[in-house]
Amino acid sequence: MHFALTEEQQMIADTTRAFVENELYPHEAEIERSGHLPMELIRELQAKAMAAGLYAANMPEAVGGAGLDSLSWLLYEKELGRANYALHWTCVARPSNILLAGTDEQKEKYLFPCIRGETWDCLAMTEPGAGSDLRGMKATARFDGGDFVLNGTKHFISHADIADFAIVFMATGEEETPRGPKKLITAFFVDKGTPGFTVRDGYRNVSHRGYTNSVLDFDDCRLPKSAVLGEVHKGFQVANDWLGATRLQVAATCLGRADRALSHAIAYAAERRQFGQQIGKFQGVSFKLADMAMELKAANLLTWDAAWKFDQGTVTEADMSMAKLKATEVLAMIADEAIQIHGGMGLMDELPLERIWRDARVERIWEGTSEIQRHIISRELLRAVGG
Amino acid sequence: MKVLVPVKRVIDYNVKVRVKADGSGVDLANVKMSMNPFDEIAVEEAIRLKEAGKAEEVVAVSIGVKQAQETLRTALAMGADRAILVVAADDVHTDIEPLAVAKILAKVVEEEQPGLVLAGKQAIDNDMNATGQMLSALLGWSQATFASDVDIEGDSAKVTREVDGGLQTISVKMPTIVTVDLRLNEPRYASLPNIMKAKKKPLDEKTAADYGVDVTPRLEIVKTDEPEARQAGEIVPDVDTLVAKLKEKGVV
Repeated sequence: MHFALTEEQQMIADTTRAFVENELYPHEAEIERSGHLPMELIRELQAKAMAAGLYAANMPEAVGGAGLDSLSWLLYEKELGRANYALHWTCVARPSNILLAGTDEQKEKYLFPCIRGETWDCLAMTEPGAGSDLRGMKATARFDGGDFVLNGTKHFISHADIADFAIVFMATGEEETPRGPKKLITAFFVDKGTPGFTVRDGYRNVSHRGYTNSVLDFDDCRLPKSAVLGEVHKGFQVANDWLGATRLQVAATCLGRADRALSHAIAYAAERRQFGQQIGKFQGVSFKLADMAMELKAANLLTWDAAWKFDQGTVTEADMSMAKLKATEVLAMIADEAIQIHGGMGLMDELPLERIWRDARVERIWEGTSEIQRHIISRELLRAVGG
Repeated sequence: MKVLVPVKRVIDYNVKVRVKADGSGVDLANVKMSMNPFDEIAVEEAIRLKEAGKAEEVVAVSIGVKQAQETLRTALAMGADRAILVVAADDVHTDIEPLAVAKILAKVVEEEQPGLVLAGKQAIDNDMNATGQMLSALLGWSQATFASDVDIEGDSAKVTREVDGGLQTISVKMPTIVTVDLRLNEPRYASLPNIMKAKKKPLDEKTAADYGVDVTPRLEIVKTDEPEARQAGEIVPDVDTLVAKLKEKGVV
């Protein structure tokens, strides 16, 4: 076993951290208050992120990314994750890996402009009636005279307002399986402005201010066959092949925010005095800190373990689910306890704690709820013994 | 022209330092270390000279413990072309004194024949502010210290110095030694692609003995103290009370 970071990994983390602290933190309060990320600011920060080679660094070197191994990539995600989500996601974008599954023409049209910072992508799967049960989706694409005709509604679609196109998953048929009929799914590229495709404002919500969600409506939206990503009826396969590591991405960004909250709690425990001494001298506070640090370390190790295995090709679904589950739950615990240690001050927006606490809530829901992750982990345990 | 940039591995400026129990110095065990911030400015300036076509090669050199290799990798990731590590100590707590550093640097200069040495004005760990000046004396080169602007034109360099009460502009003959101040530039981030490339750049490892320099300390540290804790402040209701309080304390 070898737990040390390489010099490069440490430098990647340091550079990303310095960028986040110097360039993103100063804008957080404004975004949190206005809930809006102005385009001039996006362009300014985007240019800086590009100069530092941080923009789209998740991508392979051959297409203009940084060509990082999984652990380096997640160290980068962790540091970015410290900051307001809208800021880091938009200004230091990481285009979806699924874009790599496209044909050369599709890469030219969709992937490269995203890497160059000219466009943004978004991914649309969830429907009002299909969340964890994705196969239950109602939106359809019907084959019609050489084209596909899309109908239905997608919601909770992150940053679709700013995106230039969407990768949309639609039911394109049904197959009989031993466990009953199963929907066949196909992925499509849909450009904004395509007739029959509209994007409207989604819901105001508790987490990640400035990071919007939208509702996507498809009303006889006609697409040529060239808009299919991957193969017809093979949408889930494309998603499984290219989106597996997004759970680790969620885990890593949570680790960054948890670390930030913990640092605040530690500093405050050493500085705040009550009853004639530092509050960190009271076991009621110090033991909380010990548990927070220990849980965070455990979450880090689970994530790095999965990252390392991902590159070795030995990662399991359970490995990734454990990392995501642990990191998101640890973030929730640390955010909550950090506020408890700060008392009333922890709830004020002068500190980042109240928003870390709010932002933590969505993490246990998106990219697979905690319950789905537990299902995946336990399924792997039971299948081994014929369960 | 080749530019030589000495860089020092120091305790990170964000770290709250702790004095060792025996008072012999600052505790550096398991503490985050980084490149001396003034040296970062020197590296940045050297890279800018190269980008402006005024320098062909930037060589970073560090003298200290083996771990200073990390500091050199940072310089390489920022854009330096190659690096020289001179191992002169085993214990991270051993500080190589300015004269020994200057002597080693003089040997490196002899070997490398740079047209310019760009150094930080001082290291933030012990604030000696001596190495650049000593190197100048050893080499018999001109020196321009506390630089906030450097303009190299052929055989001479026009350097603006931050001096008490204002700015002083001097012209020095090349080759020269410039020590840089805070306002010279804002160092870039080591970009991710450059971090990946840094791994492949050459890093030579030498020892102080290779240069025949004795690095035995000549200074004795008698005592190291924590700065005195600041007294808690007091919030006064209005200006009149403030003035009255200040008068009471005899400060106005």
